[in-house]
Amino acid sequence: MSPLLEVSELSSGYGDFQALYDLSITVNEGETLAVIGANGAGKTTLLRAITGLVPTWSGTVRFDGQNLLPVPAHKRVAEGITMVPEGRLLFPSLNVRENLLVGGHGRRPGPWTVERVVEVFPLLAPLLGRASSVLSGGEQQAVAIGRALMANPRLILLDEVSLGLAPVVVRQLYAALPEITAHGATALVVEQDIGQAMAVADQVVCLLEGRVSLEGPSAGLERADITAAYFGMGHRLEAGEEGDRG
Amino acid sequence: MSGYRISRRTPESTVGLIGFGALVVVLATLPWWDSDGSLQTPLVAILYYLALAQMWNLLAGFAGLVSIGQQMFVGIGVYGLLQMAEVGGVDPYVAIPLAGLLAAGLSIPVAAFAFRLRGGYFAIGTWVVAEVMRLLTTESNDFRGGDVRALTRESLGGYSLETRTNSVYWLALALAVGGTAIVVLVLRSRLGLALRAARDNEGGARSLGVSIGRAQLITWVVVAFWTGCTGAVILLHTTSTTAGSAFSVTRWTALVIFMVVIGGVGSTTGPIIGVLVYWIIDEQLGDADAWRFIILGGIAAVMATVAPKGVYGLLQQWRPLQFFPVRRRLAGGPSTNTPPQAAEPEVVVEEGQ
Amino acid sequence: MEWVNAIVQGILLGGLFALFATGLSLAFGVMRFGNLAHGDLAILAAFLAVSFASTLDVNPFVTMALVVPIMAAGGYVLQRFGFNWSIGADPLPSILVTFGLAVVIQNALLEQYSADSQGLDVGSFETRSIEFTDDIAVGWFPVLILGVAVVVLVGLQLFLSFTRMGRAFRATSDNPSTARLMGINDRNIYAVVMAIAFATVAVAGLFLGIRQTFGPTDGPAQLIFAFEAVVIGGLGSLWGTLLGGIILGVAQTVGNQVDVEYNVLSGPLFGHLIFLVVLAVRPSGLLGRSQQ
Repeated sequence: MSPLLEVSELSSGYGDFQALYDLSITVNEGETLAVIGANGAGKTTLLRAITGLVPTWSGTVRFDGQNLLPVPAHKRVAEGITMVPEGRLLFPSLNVRENLLVGGHGRRPGPWTVERVVEVFPLLAPLLGRASSVLSGGEQQAVAIGRALMANPRLILLDEVSLGLAPVVVRQLYAALPEITAHGATALVVEQDIGQAMAVADQVVCLLEGRVSLEGPSAGLERADITAAYFGMGHRLEAGEEGDRG
Repeated sequence: MSGYRISRRTPESTVGLIGFGALVVVLATLPWWDSDGSLQTPLVAILYYLALAQMWNLLAGFAGLVSIGQQMFVGIGVYGLLQMAEVGGVDPYVAIPLAGLLAAGLSIPVAAFAFRLRGGYFAIGTWVVAEVMRLLTTESNDFRGGDVRALTRESLGGYSLETRTNSVYWLALALAVGGTAIVVLVLRSRLGLALRAARDNEGGARSLGVSIGRAQLITWVVVAFWTGCTGAVILLHTTSTTAGSAFSVTRWTALVIFMVVIGGVGSTTGPIIGVLVYWIIDEQLGDADAWRFIILGGIAAVMATVAPKGVYGLLQQWRPLQFFPVRRRLAGGPSTNTPPQAAEPEVVVEEGQ
Repeated sequence: MEWVNAIVQGILLGGLFALFATGLSLAFGVMRFGNLAHGDLAILAAFLAVSFASTLDVNPFVTMALVVPIMAAGGYVLQRFGFNWSIGADPLPSILVTFGLAVVIQNALLEQYSADSQGLDVGSFETRSIEFTDDIAVGWFPVLILGVAVVVLVGLQLFLSFTRMGRAFRATSDNPSTARLMGINDRNIYAVVMAIAFATVAVAGLFLGIRQTFGPTDGPAQLIFAFEAVVIGGLGSLWGTLLGGIILGVAQTVGNQVDVEYNVLSGPLFGHLIFLVVLAVRPSGLLGRSQQ
């Protein structure tokens, strides 16, 4: 498997505030990587740095071997990187169909159309003409994912899909993930819900205060290790059991 | 250094205060040693422009109210004094603060309209209101703003020419020094705290229980008062007017804005630098009126994009402490200027690339 | 009958105001950018037409083919390499930049063309009219202006509603940073918006120059009329802009009629007062979305 996305020694932040410290992750083509971590661990900043919405202070971001740093945010979409932002951020002036269409603004060739999105999320079928602001949270999230798919991505970044949604809705949304990856997209999922992240991901990376505190295949990680890495109790645990930490 | 005692005073500020005081004394005694008036004559206009510049800067640079309608308050001051002295027989010097009060009073209903608009639309909205006042003055049979009207000898209260010349100079000096002092006092008061909090973070200001709208309104009224007084003194200086010149957007707002922008918006030293720069350019250009505006407008437009803090900001970047120690005293300590500067990069991150 | 005529003429005059207001409304709607040089740009376009018409010896209508593209290109370049730097959360820089530009344009025109009034002569078309009754005559030229205004506004509305670019305009207006995630270059969108604004205000400036004489310092008045039309109609609504222009036009012609009959108020003053009433009673405008 070749690496699709290679982030190495990335530092980034907002203004004077540094959110990421020499952070390195790799996402292989066709795999799903889950990035987990507590609030403020730097998950969203990582995604925004990959899409170009926050500047990179140092380090590199490579996509399919190409250096992304000189590529401005709006051109990274054409390379095949797309994001479902935290809080959905649908365009209120656009109805549901238009929100989906604007996702395909870059006209990157690929399999996704409004009809295909509706096949994956049948709940959207009767809503296409509606104003996006009147939808429920789950419906909005489906539109946001659909909007990202319309860009025909090679890499889709999903930021806190489950936030504020009922568990049953979250399960429905994540049920669509295999279908998405089946169409050739690699997914990077940011989640606070560890269980959900473990269920969908091949690989898991845990962030703590802007650094990687744990990484490995989701199948091989112990729940206790993850909890420790998540809350930053690594030192205490390390003393007791070395385990399969890399 | 001095524990937890909060002090605005620094060695520089003490030196600055002494220097500033000495300058004021020198300027105040000028009529006695500048006998041919070669300095006094141009200084009158420079001084009342400084007063207007400090007032506009207080609104736009600190209170977030970018007005293009300041000529309305100058015009109210001019016609207020004219009517009181000509028709009401009020002593012209008594009429100055009364004209200021008139401007302050009228500024409240103006705010009721203009404060409904934000940003660029607030700017044009204030301009419209000033335009309405100019038209009303022009078309009114009482004000006869279409005609040239002059203060007659009687309405000038029988004061001698020398008394009037010198008193107008001292009044202009008082307006400039007082205008600067008003900005300092406002910024050091609770009002200034509210404005600063509003500029940094509206939500935070609200949670502090600070009403931004009220702070803005008070500032607006104070500025209207001082600008109205300045308008009245301007009439004493020129002694004749039309509605067109009293409510002139180019003279009383555009030029003032250019001075402040070139000098530095959002600092108390900026307007002083701007007025001095204007004086220099003005001396060089002489009568070339169109070119004066092309050059000043061009510099201001470019500055607003590449150096939004003006000459003062550039000097601060170059040598933060050495230049113009007056600044610390006038700006009410470093806390006045630090927060917005620190907040800037965040804006750049959000809006940049 | 004079009153009916005043209203009819006002509706037609409203077409010109709507045309002036279109670009201002669009720029404010998409990028919250209040261009204080808007009126002066119209006057600049009219002076360009004067120069082209005399050097090329053509009808001013023909110069439109030159002036409008030149202005549009100027708007694109100015936004892309100038105004874009002043756009941000703080409206102060953009106000200062455009106000500086306004004063520069006025005085550059004064230097180049002197303070004398100019006019654009299109021959007899300007004065030809259809007479309905003895008192009511409708000029072909004002009808043309209103027609162009309606076509421009309908065209723009269709463009915004049904094209890929128009969708991108609306998305950028909602949230420029999320729009970037869609592959939309917001800086380019802003430049295109300004090109459209400059083009429409150039057309308006030419029509103004044909309708009446004009001088280098007439720009601010046009800015103010355009602004009043936008606020009366409602921020962010192009139909509102048309309606606002017409209301302002009727207010001015009716105001003039009042002036003629009773010798109080003047047209522009009456228009301003109507604007202030709307601002007091309905600050979001007649057709505007309520304030966010």
